Formats: sequence, structure tokens, C-alpha cells
Amino acid sequence: MKRSSFLIAAAVLLSTFTQAQKIYTKNGMVSFFSGTPVEDIKAENNQVMCVMDAQTGGLQFSLLNKGFHFAKALMEEHFNENYMESTKFPKSTFKGTVAEITKVNFTKDGTYPVSVTGDLTMHGVTKSIIAKGNIIIKDGKATASSKFMVKLADYNISIPGAVKKNIAESIEITVNCTLDQKL
Amino acid sequence: MFLKKIYIVVISCFWAGTVAAQDTTDIMKMLESDLEPATDYTTATFKTTRLINGHTVENVGKGVMDVKISHRFGKINGGGYELFGLDNATMRLGFDYGLTNYLMVGIGRSTYEKTYDAFFKIKLLRQSKGKHKMPVTLSYVPTIALKTLKLNDPARENYFTSRLFFTHQLIIGRKFSEGTSLQLMPTYSHRNLVPLASEPNDLLAVGIGGRQKLSKRISLNFEYYYQVPNYKLINTTNSLSVGFDIETGGHVFQLHFTNSQGMSERTFISETTGDWGKGDIYFGFNISRVFTIGKKH
Repeated sequence: MKRSSFLIAAAVLLSTFTQAQKIYTKNGMVSFFSGTPVEDIKAENNQVMCVMDAQTGGLQFSLLNKGFHFAKALMEEHFNENYMESTKFPKSTFKGTVAEITKVNFTKDGTYPVSVTGDLTMHGVTKSIIAKGNIIIKDGKATASSKFMVKLADYNISIPGAVKKNIAESIEITVNCTLDQKL
Repeated sequence: MFLKKIYIVVISCFWAGTVAAQDTTDIMKMLESDLEPATDYTTATFKTTRLINGHTVENVGKGVMDVKISHRFGKINGGGYELFGLDNATMRLGFDYGLTNYLMVGIGRSTYEKTYDAFFKIKLLRQSKGKHKMPVTLSYVPTIALKTLKLNDPARENYFTSRLFFTHQLIIGRKFSEGTSLQLMPTYSHRNLVPLASEPNDLLAVGIGGRQKLSKRISLNFEYYYQVPNYKLINTTNSLSVGFDIETGGHVFQLHFTNSQGMSERTFISETTGDWGKGDIYFGFNISRVFTIGKKH
């Protein structure tokens, strides 16, 4: 264990040395919210994997759909069974680039507004999206945060007539990942 | 683990040697591979906790109350005079509640012979893949039924215990694919009072049931209970039912045809007298509506 920590430290040193720094987390948060006059539906996933390349602005997210937890057990079951089809499509991913990465000073505390462009894949459909967000630097750690809307129909997620009033057509996705691991 | 770290080091060195052209894909692949061995438990083997008359391997979640209203109309062979059985109905009103995600309790009252029933259902094994592999889900359901219909034999001394019925069921279920699930239900039941001295007090049956999804929200179900000869009441038939589950948000509607009139274990497994061949078929439905009343976590 000690030796491996040493190796990791060495690796981190090496990578910082060339400033090709990748930062990541396995415990990022992604939540979504659907608001209608009938009911609000929200769920949170706290095992989101996120990797960012601090130099190139490369940004990637990956999560297991079954990791979303709801207040109501049946909602969670329907989410996996009927809407996301989590057995067929276990993962949702995003791969893109932070446009203004050069403006982010990773050594100085602050909130840096950025926009991210890339491909969001869920329910077996890949779509190019643009999202506004912030990279927040605090105590030397970077947090990627964003809020954006996703239209369910774009990802072939259909809502049957009987529950049309309960589920919004567009879902608000909130991302909050503190990239506390370095490589 | 150690090898993985070596791998990280090698990759890092590789980056160090190049001009930061690598993207984030390799690290993501590594993080994902860390996650793969986690246990993936199978969910939604059936749409609700009842298949048609009997239980499935499913439980309601913790803090969820499931209100079940079930009807069985009269025999279809009653003809047009009885509007094919719709003139008569027996019903059961039931409340199920999830104490935990693996333990639920329920009570019910059937108009058929004024019967109260109570049960608990505990999940002993959960079907899963990944780190922990388990091919089936196993549940145990003991049920007690109390018949409160006035005992009509004044010549006999009527004990309270004569009104009690006990059923123990193991349910072994497997979700074979997204659409197909099957389960086996070995059942033992005991009744303190039987109609004839020659009839056994201990009864044995084996049930088989399954579902095939026709769409995301509709499935075709069947349920059959085979009674073991010499461990059944005389003049009874085996219960056979077919039906549909239709799910709409918080409701599940189950529509079915069955040769059993009763809706508690002691009646449909052991006291079915209907014969499909003669048209002794009852149309019926169950409506399930769930309410989240407790905390999930």
C-alpha cells in the first residue's frame, strides 16, 4: 500500500511537472428535476465519475442510471424499467470540452464561468449539447457545476398519456462534481 | 489493486512524456472498470406483489403502502341472465406495507366467507449479477386466515381454532429477461377443521406462474397451482388463472380469468372447485394503488 501511494505520488509529481494535469472524482453529484403542477420529481446520483483535463479542457462524465435515488420507491422502479431502461442502457455519459479553460486559474480561488460543448449519451441516444456552468476553485480544488435542460423526446424517452401531466417534457439537470483527485 | 496503480503510473508517465495531447478517455475507462464489479440487483421481476390470486416475489418498498381492491365476479357460464357473472361479485380489500425493502406485512378482508387474512413476506435471496451472483429471488410468505362466517353446524361445538387456516409459501422467482419472469411456489397449508374426517388437515401444492411483457406497461400473466394427490380436499380442482397487468404510474390494474372464486391462499389454492372445461370461469380484477407514507431511507 505504501509503495503504491509512493508511486501515485510520483505519478502526480510527474504529471504536474509537465502541467498535463488530470483531475477526477468518483463521488460527483448529478441530480435531475421535473416540475409540473401535478408533482415534482427529483433524484440524485452521488456516484458520478468525472474527469477533467486542466490543460486542454477535456471533460468527461459517466454514471450508472441505477445510481439515481428517488424519494418514492416506485418512481425509482419506473425510472429504471420504463423510461431509462437501465438494464439495456446502464450508463449515461458526457464527453466534451470546456471552452474557456485557459481563463481558469487553478491556483487562485474564484468562480470562473465557462461553457461546455460535447456529446451527451443516454438511453442509447447521443446528442450534441452546450451547457453553461462554472468552475469553482477553492482551496486548490476545482468543482465543476452546471445546470441545463434536457428534452426527453430528444433521447427517445416517451411519456405515456396517462402520466403526461406528471412528468415535464424537459428535465433540469444539475451537476456538481468536486474533482478532488489528481493524476 | 496494485496492478491498477502500476497501470496508472505507466499512463501518467506516458502523459508526462507526451505533450498533453491525451484526452480524458483512459482515466474514465479506468474509473468505470473500478465500478463494474459492483453487485447489480435485479428489480421489477413482476409489476406488483400479486401475480393474479397469489403472491409474486416482489415486495413493496420501505414506507410504501399498497392499497389493493380486488373483485371476482360470478361464473361466466351463468349466461346472459347473470350477465356472464357480472351480477355477482366477491371482493377483497387489502393493505400492504413495507417495513423495510425486504420485509412487508399485509392485512385483508374478503367478503367470501367473511374472511380476514394477514401475512408477512420476507425476501431471503435477491437475484443479482456482478460481484455477488444469485440466480433467483427467494421469498417466504406465511399467511393466516380467519373465517368469520357463522358456523352452520349447531350439533358441533364450535372452537375458535376451527376458523383458522395457515399457509406457508416459498416463492422462487427469476427474471430471465426484461420481459420474461417465472416463479415456482411450493406451498404447505394447514387447516384445523376439514369437512370430512377422511380428508387431510395438511395440504400440499406447487404453484407455477410467470409473466411475459407485451409492452413496457402491459404484461400477460399466468398462475397455476397443482395440488398433490392425497394432500388435497376432495372434489377440488387445481387453480388456473390468466390475466393482464396494466400499469399506469402509481396504479397497477390486473384483469384476469380464473377458476377460483376466493382470493386468500387457503381458498384459491385448496378450495377451488371451478372447472375451466365447463365454463366455471370467474372474471376479476385487482387494483393496486401505492402511497408513500414512510421515509424511504
